[in-house]
Amino acid sequence: MSIRNPKDFWAGLIYVVLGLAAVYIAQDYEMGTATRMGPGYFPTLLGGFLALIGVVSLVRSFYVPGEPVGALALKATLLICGATLLFGLMLRGAGMIVSMIVMLLISSYASVRFRLVPAVLLAVGITAFCALVFVRGLGVPMPLVGSWFGG
Amino acid sequence: MELLNNLAVGFEAALTWTNLVYCFIGVFLGTLIGVLPGLGPTATIAMLLPITFTLPPVSALIMLAGIYYGSQYGGSTTAILVNLPGEAASVVTTLDGYQMARQGRAGVALATAAIGSFFAGTVATVIIAFFAPPLAEIGLMFGAAEYFSLMVLGLVAAIVLARGSLLHALGMVVLGLLLGLIGTDVNSGALRFTFDNPRLADGISFVVVAMGMFGLGEIIRNLEHEATRTMVTSKIESLIPTREDVRRMIAPILRGTAIGSVLGILPGSGSILGAFAAYSVEKKVSKYSAEFGKGAIEGVAAPESANNAGAQTSFIPMLTLGIPSNPVMALMIGAMIIQGIQPGPAVIDEQPDLFWGVIVSMWIGNLFLVILNLPLIGLWVRIVTVPYHLLYPAILAFAAVGVFSLNNTEFDVLLLALFGVLGYVFAKLDCEPAPMLLGFILGPMMEEYLRRALLLSRGDPMTFIERPISAGLLACAVVAIIIAFLPAISRKREEVFQED
Repeated sequence: MSIRNPKDFWAGLIYVVLGLAAVYIAQDYEMGTATRMGPGYFPTLLGGFLALIGVVSLVRSFYVPGEPVGALALKATLLICGATLLFGLMLRGAGMIVSMIVMLLISSYASVRFRLVPAVLLAVGITAFCALVFVRGLGVPMPLVGSWFGG
Repeated sequence: MELLNNLAVGFEAALTWTNLVYCFIGVFLGTLIGVLPGLGPTATIAMLLPITFTLPPVSALIMLAGIYYGSQYGGSTTAILVNLPGEAASVVTTLDGYQMARQGRAGVALATAAIGSFFAGTVATVIIAFFAPPLAEIGLMFGAAEYFSLMVLGLVAAIVLARGSLLHALGMVVLGLLLGLIGTDVNSGALRFTFDNPRLADGISFVVVAMGMFGLGEIIRNLEHEATRTMVTSKIESLIPTREDVRRMIAPILRGTAIGSVLGILPGSGSILGAFAAYSVEKKVSKYSAEFGKGAIEGVAAPESANNAGAQTSFIPMLTLGIPSNPVMALMIGAMIIQGIQPGPAVIDEQPDLFWGVIVSMWIGNLFLVILNLPLIGLWVRIVTVPYHLLYPAILAFAAVGVFSLNNTEFDVLLLALFGVLGYVFAKLDCEPAPMLLGFILGPMMEEYLRRALLLSRGDPMTFIERPISAGLLACAVVAIIIAFLPAISRKREEVFQED
């Protein structure tokens, strides 16, 4: 037995894990009855169904051939999502200006056409725009300078 | 005559200076993002949603609607000029549109797209005005069981009409339904799936999910193929079609409008399917079918009319029943709820100015698109050539600020990053994010209606079959599933989505 459709296999695995996790967690909630559904009723139903779909997908992946998943763009995923994560984590401490410049520089590096000087100029430009339009203009309550710098 | 009265109410609401300005901003932004490859209407609307919270509801919805149909329009401009579909629905337009451009007839192709879109937009506006009130009246008779069955039908249709594997569309819908349950259960007050994090007590905002899955996920996917992108722009000579061109485009525009209007109402990728279906129908019935793929004007006129008609009729289920037919409509429903309007059949009676104002604004918006876009083509061409590596950091910045401003918490930014990873992984596995977002929006509603229906029937699930309207809706859902699994149809389904 070998996996003939990797996409089906991995998607199925994700469904099974998430579905079972949902059922497991929902056991802490009151089930109730069909007449008086408790908070655990619908999640258990859905989680079970998702796990079932996952099993079908897993079984199918051994019989029906399909394309390989292909290389994951790990660098881009890590840089784009990591930069966003960092922005969220740094926002209070470093302030919006510093965190956004950091986020934009890191994410720019994901491109094959990355060049330092244009990336810095772009980051500064976008940050200035966001600070003026969103924070100053529309009043989004982000600290421009964070607590680390005495803001 | 009631129709005329209703439209008069709409014109009164839409023709104020403020609303005209927002309509214009909407279609302008819509065209802009339609032109920019790699930035779709779902991500843009999710990004701009927080800004519209401060606007009056009518203006907000007019602007958001403008972004949506404007993007359909902008997508075709790049499809014709640079062979890059700005939107998924414009993929078919590249086939003949770009060939026309290579023959020096780019201007004529653009004009054809504009004329077709405007005609389709006008017809679709009339269709909405005509069919929405009776549909809303039917909707008012719905009880909990009917609503539950309608949502089942909606989700089934979204699965059947989704691109790619049926099984994965189903999986994504169920996953979306589950994610929608995160937060406080409205009935018992119990906290579900919050992992003891108080920030999750109100659930995850659909804007975060949409931005992450569509916005960030899409950026990563685009970066994957960055190196292979090339740009060749065509020059535009004359915009005016010849008499022969006009004669040949009439029938395709009519057929495209009809096909697009019908398919647009259906949940799922209505407007995309409409464009593909209109093109294949035209290829079969046209006298000039040998010219298709080599620059046939019919191959531009039909799909362009269809996608614009579909983009507009997809508002019908949202406006009349409060049921979204695609992710953009799901975002519009979210926008309405945030504005304090409960979407559903009551909107038409309780807020006629909003309802008719939005409908009339679509026609005005289409007029703007025709008048403005032909002269602005030079600008759009220059925008297409903005390199992606300068564009995506800006998208990321707007996404992060927009998501933060929803609840003024950086926790949502962290979730954004998480959904970005999820969006990319699922995209790699050919699991479309659109059905998931529909499930996400409908999850809490479905649970509520299921609970109410079963409470009324004392726990007897037969209530869904004993009530005639509910039974009819479920029967439609079953038929849709059976049809989708018939071997002949499922093969056809794959073909429709892969004509290139």
